[in-house]
Amino acid sequence: MNTFTRREFLKAGSTGVLMVSFSLSVEAATSSGYGLREPRTVSREALDSWLSIDQNGKVTIYCGKVDLGTGVKTALAQMAADELYVPFNSIEMVMGDTATTPDQWITGGALSISQGGGELRQAAANARQALLERASQKWQIPVSDLMIKDGVIFPIRNPAQKASYGSLIGEGFNVKVDTKVPLKKYTEYRVVGKSIPRVDIPDKVTGEYVFMHDFKLPGMLHARVVRPDSIGAKLESYDDASLKNIKGYVQVVRKGDYLAVISTTEWGAVKASRDIKVSWKKGPDLPKKETIFKEWKEMPLAKEEITQNVGNVDSVLGSGAKNIKASYNFPVQTHASIGPSCAVADYQNGKLTVWTASQATHSMQHELAVITGLPKDSIRLIYLDGSGCYGRNGHEDAAADAALAAIALGKPVRMQWMRHDETALAPKSPPRVMDFEASLDSKGNIIGWKSDFYIALNHIAFMKPLDFPLLAATDTGVPRPGNWVGFLFQNSGAPYAVPNISVNTKHVAQTFLRSSHLRSPGRIENSFGNESFIDELAVASNTDPAEYRIKNLTDPRAIGVIRAAMKSANWQSREPAFKSNQGDSIAKGRGIAYVRYNNSITYVATVADIEVNRNTGKILVKNLHVAHDCGQIINPDGVQNQIQGGAIQTVSRVLMEEVKWKGSDIESVDWASYPIIRFNEVPKVHTVLIDQPGTPSWGAGEQTPTTIPAAIANAIFDATGVRMRTIPFTPESVKQAMREQAKANA
Amino acid sequence: MTQITLLVNGKNKIVNVDDDAPLLYVLRDDLNMKGPKFGCGLGQCGACTVQVDGQAVRSCVTPAMSVTGKKITTLEGLGGSKNPSKLQQAFIDEQAVQCGYCINGMIMTASAFLAKNKNPSDEQIAEAMSGNLCRCGTHQRIVAAVKRYLMA
Repeated sequence: MNTFTRREFLKAGSTGVLMVSFSLSVEAATSSGYGLREPRTVSREALDSWLSIDQNGKVTIYCGKVDLGTGVKTALAQMAADELYVPFNSIEMVMGDTATTPDQWITGGALSISQGGGELRQAAANARQALLERASQKWQIPVSDLMIKDGVIFPIRNPAQKASYGSLIGEGFNVKVDTKVPLKKYTEYRVVGKSIPRVDIPDKVTGEYVFMHDFKLPGMLHARVVRPDSIGAKLESYDDASLKNIKGYVQVVRKGDYLAVISTTEWGAVKASRDIKVSWKKGPDLPKKETIFKEWKEMPLAKEEITQNVGNVDSVLGSGAKNIKASYNFPVQTHASIGPSCAVADYQNGKLTVWTASQATHSMQHELAVITGLPKDSIRLIYLDGSGCYGRNGHEDAAADAALAAIALGKPVRMQWMRHDETALAPKSPPRVMDFEASLDSKGNIIGWKSDFYIALNHIAFMKPLDFPLLAATDTGVPRPGNWVGFLFQNSGAPYAVPNISVNTKHVAQTFLRSSHLRSPGRIENSFGNESFIDELAVASNTDPAEYRIKNLTDPRAIGVIRAAMKSANWQSREPAFKSNQGDSIAKGRGIAYVRYNNSITYVATVADIEVNRNTGKILVKNLHVAHDCGQIINPDGVQNQIQGGAIQTVSRVLMEEVKWKGSDIESVDWASYPIIRFNEVPKVHTVLIDQPGTPSWGAGEQTPTTIPAAIANAIFDATGVRMRTIPFTPESVKQAMREQAKANA
Repeated sequence: MTQITLLVNGKNKIVNVDDDAPLLYVLRDDLNMKGPKFGCGLGQCGACTVQVDGQAVRSCVTPAMSVTGKKITTLEGLGGSKNPSKLQQAFIDEQAVQCGYCINGMIMTASAFLAKNKNPSDEQIAEAMSGNLCRCGTHQRIVAAVKRYLMA
């Protein structure tokens, strides 16, 4: 049961009238494992903000990061359990509740384990140290003479003398987190490094799990927001006269261009949103889809920045034995979450509570304060698992849409986006154009490398809340300029040793579609350029593309992943396949790509093994061999799940995905107009995990995707001799490229 | 509103429904089921799949009125976390979930398919599952779970 009567709520709450809505917590928490808890005083400095231990030794970790379906809830609990010397199952995780967890910034940027887990680990080490000191004082035995097993401290010389954490905890810790407290040595890890099964899966495969979409409050009304699939449209008028016949229909809520229909039943809300008559004034035309990459380069720039500048590239470009130029394009894509976003909001006694699947609950306190005019500390967001998002999808918009309706009605409201809201209107990844030029000497050595990346200007800053242009903001006249898209310059730098190199990013001042960070933002596009271009240079030097990369690298871990991927794929040096397969209607090929994420963390190399149907132009990716080194692995099966998922999702992005529009109308509105990969098209993903015990643990969710686009493009070249430089590689675009090549060769 | 009786997971349930109400909303909102999920409302993605007389159907485009007197099975009807069905256990064993939003449809589609296909080829499994979309890229593990079920 996850619904309650008002009376039950009141019974559960013991802290007075203002706590009525917050007092839902106890029961919601019992039913869902998340839900509403008693608010706590939280600061990042206070140890008690990060964890509590009860008299029975049960540990509750308060985590500002959330689990977006990647399994980090399990992995973070493993890190905390190990550091505390307690069994894994004595840990309970509370995630993303703004009233009980410290702000650890948004969940993204490959930071959940390294930053999020690092902070939890530090807090856990502090807690362990504090408890050891208490036992030390109690027994007058130095800490160095004490040991811990399963949350029980004992003197090494007298193991019968025991003090459990629960017996020592008293009223909590009451100390600040000291970042100098030493962490457990990796050689002592007992929980980290094990493939502990994910804690959420049994409930998710049996229909018992309370997803965001399943959360209900008593007296809750159902809402649908009404928006055209058009950018910048203004609401002129509406007529809801015909809705009076719909069972359950209550009213509309309008604020500026924001329009929502309200019903006591969900089906009534769906029908009302479909039947309401609305007149919209269309927004101005967007740049033309057909020529978007040309137009993107011509848009006003906010700034240019240098990523790499070594030697004097201009003095060598054009003067090599071979001089090569190429441009690559990455289209606008969207999260396309399987479940359209959903949120429940309640506004009582001046306090707004929003249940949301947002990756950024703490940021959203600020973002909702701006939209609603409420003070930030009267807004609480509680995370519940939603449909997977890969950055900022529609979750935050739905939360704001729900908040506006709840405040207008003074009743709990469930706001459920429809399919077209999510596909057409959720934030998009901005387009990317990349220009490359290089010169090779007669031996194929790279003597000069110049690249320009046309990226969207970014306003996101680490540990700062976002001022995102939520639809509810712009609809209600709250100006939200800027692009909140992530660190798109990352991985523009070439990872290879080049004596003369110049890498520049050109920052387009304003995106034309509302943009956000989509899995591996910037890195996936830039790595498509870099890893396609290095392949072109390898071909020009008549060198095996894998060996060519290795020749230009020195970092043994970089070379390690490339060799591991080659071994998995049984890679042998040979002539390109297209030189001997011209009679085949199915052309087979292989390609490789290597990326070190952000040029500073996880190493990945991927070999793609593909087939091109020369008659239809259809690409089938048969196998992907991914070698992955993310430092010390916390949960090997969790890492493997992320590698497989990232690889398969990116095959979809590479082969079929681009957002389409005409005028100001978005034409990608559902699964027919924005198709994604299906079971009969998925490759087999072979993973090679390279564990590095004792080294920092880095992200594993966003790294594999960066290698997939170029690995596929390079394999298409190997199979056909055709260089695909614009994603997606649809049957039409592949056929077109093959026709052009045939014409050029004729 | 019409009062109808639906046979859901072996129990008769009396509900008052709009004549055009899709089964999905009746199951989720009137009968408080959490298995079937809203994904598109268009029959395109499969997140809402339930079984009607053993056939996998899209509950988002199936009128509730059309399935009275038929045997409706939801994910909850296969088994619970304390007593998962063999197929659900195979999904747990293979850790065949990422966000898990599509998983209802995967299990309901696979279980209807497996009831009629005792020894399917890899191609037949892929074909049978191809109407169900997963955005997280869990496909490989989902197929592994189906094959684990067949091996067990």
